[in-house]
Amino acid sequence: MTTKLITTTALAAIATLAVASAASAAGELNIYNWGDYTNPELIKKFEKQFDVKVTVTDYDSNDTALAKVRAGGHGFDVVVPSANYVPIWIKEGLIEEARPDQMENFKNVDPRWVDVPWDKGRHYTVPWQWGLTGIGVNSKVYGGDINTSAIFLDPPPELAGKINVAPEMNDVLFATIKYFGGEWCTMDKEVLRKVRDKLVEAKSKWLAMDYSVTEKLPAGDYSAVYYWNGAIMRSRLKNADIKFGYPKEGFPFFMDSVALLKDAKNPENAKLFMNFIMDPENAAMISAFAKYSNGIKGSEKFLPAEMQTAPELVVPAEFEAAGSFLESCEPETQQLYTKIWTELQK
Amino acid sequence: MSGAQEAALAAQKQDIRSRWLLSAPALLIIFVAAIGPLFVMLFYSFMVKGDYGDVKFGEFSLEGWTSVFFERDIFDDTLGLADAHLSIIWRSIQLSFFTTILTVILGFPTAYFIATRPPHTREIWVFLVTIPFWTNLLIRTFAMQQVIRNEGLLNTALLWLGVIKSPLQIIYTDTANLLGMTYVYLPLMVLPLYASIEKLDFRLVEAGYDLYATRFQVLRRIVIPLVKPGIIAGSILVFIPSLGAYVIPRVLGGGKNMMLGNLIEMQFGSGRNWPLGAAMSITLMILVTAALIIYVRNASRGGNGHV
Repeated sequence: MTTKLITTTALAAIATLAVASAASAAGELNIYNWGDYTNPELIKKFEKQFDVKVTVTDYDSNDTALAKVRAGGHGFDVVVPSANYVPIWIKEGLIEEARPDQMENFKNVDPRWVDVPWDKGRHYTVPWQWGLTGIGVNSKVYGGDINTSAIFLDPPPELAGKINVAPEMNDVLFATIKYFGGEWCTMDKEVLRKVRDKLVEAKSKWLAMDYSVTEKLPAGDYSAVYYWNGAIMRSRLKNADIKFGYPKEGFPFFMDSVALLKDAKNPENAKLFMNFIMDPENAAMISAFAKYSNGIKGSEKFLPAEMQTAPELVVPAEFEAAGSFLESCEPETQQLYTKIWTELQK
Repeated sequence: MSGAQEAALAAQKQDIRSRWLLSAPALLIIFVAAIGPLFVMLFYSFMVKGDYGDVKFGEFSLEGWTSVFFERDIFDDTLGLADAHLSIIWRSIQLSFFTTILTVILGFPTAYFIATRPPHTREIWVFLVTIPFWTNLLIRTFAMQQVIRNEGLLNTALLWLGVIKSPLQIIYTDTANLLGMTYVYLPLMVLPLYASIEKLDFRLVEAGYDLYATRFQVLRRIVIPLVKPGIIAGSILVFIPSLGAYVIPRVLGGGKNMMLGNLIEMQFGSGRNWPLGAAMSITLMILVTAALIIYVRNASRGGNGHV
């Protein structure tokens, strides 16, 4: 998932304020989640229902969350890592086997999201939201085919100099490797050389690698983005000219899942929360706020109408196969990718 | 030795002791909060990097240090200069240097103006200069973003006036970084310059005019040499934070062209190379120390030292 550090703080503050008023709380729950990602209404509902005082703290990247939790003394109960990071959290012994698969509401989880490669049978984590990284283009500026990574790797002249690319190493490298027919986590030097050369060349036609898409894409500062689908949908709601494209060469899916931390102080409340968000009505509240899909069956009917048919969220059958999950690569591969990424940013 | 002398000596010792005691809390804080963590960084920079961040304790390696400047080529494995790191370091030095120059050019007339006001109004002007410090750096940076972005104040105004046909692309360029840093660090230049110009003996300026010096000659031969310590102090105060700038390149530079601060942050984040990050931080400190040494030498040559 993404960093939305910029627009978030205010929301977090509001959420915290709202929370502070629930004075007579019987317990506490400290949620550590991505910024601009937690619906304050959902939190309010949980607080009321269970008489628990909830605090939400934001992070801006998987690595930040990992580093902070590993350092200890964080005081958080639940965390929401991305799919490719869940195995690391398990391997490093940071999250507890909370057995959500034995919880009451687990029956609502879409079978598609039960036997996931990062958590077989869901012994550790509960689906929060999932989405994909795709193309957003202002159709007033460019009218051609946008279902391709060429939009940001070989940009048409109309878009050159007006492109924003998500500053997320894995998502960018994934699309570029696929663009050259490679597999994710490849160590094939021939492919990687092409990837590096293409990115260095393409970058001169990018305007920024920034997180402020929901504001600057609708306003016209950017004419095209390679970014997360929910944010592009939010941009479209502000400016109807924004169109969404699925890179046919390949694009990454992501899913963020809620996990219980091993050193949680309020494990029981955390489990209550995990069960709570598997309720379709509550899952719909998560999606209604951040505009990403959740993994809960039956939540569709509680979603705002605009989300049920959104072209950003309903993946067309023809593009379904082009998407795959970002797995976590071996440390050596990661190091090689980091080098390419650093070279890109010099 | 007479009793009086002994008493004086004892008093002096007592005085020294109480001074040490009085400064002990500050010294303790400096040691615990500044020097201690530095040793931690130094220690980390000599460790083997952990697979998912952190370091492997007890496994020593020089790799963190060598990879600041050298790297194995991704493709043919030959050892060469770390081109990416060096160009980022070079960009940081260049941008900091130009920021310093710009703040001198803008700060000098400002400080001169303040220093030549009647004494009782000077305080008001100095007070006005410090107002930006009341606002958080992040907020000032975002304010700057709103001014220079394509749909921002500046471009809207220029378009409306018909000066330009399409918006100027300022944001997300090195120019934006330069503008942002100049804006944010300008007060750090104005204040020491003012302190120095205020002490300037204006009778010397008058004497210069009496001897038929032109205005430019007076500025170059009399004013600038006398306020040089202020210029140097201001330059140091601007140059050092510019070198380590993090927020400004991230918000105004669009995260596309890193500066040293961002490169270091990346090593502790998605780069998962803490030893390299630690070694880079210390490299940054060495750069700063080098700048300070040049300053001290310069100031002592100037004779009148720091203001």
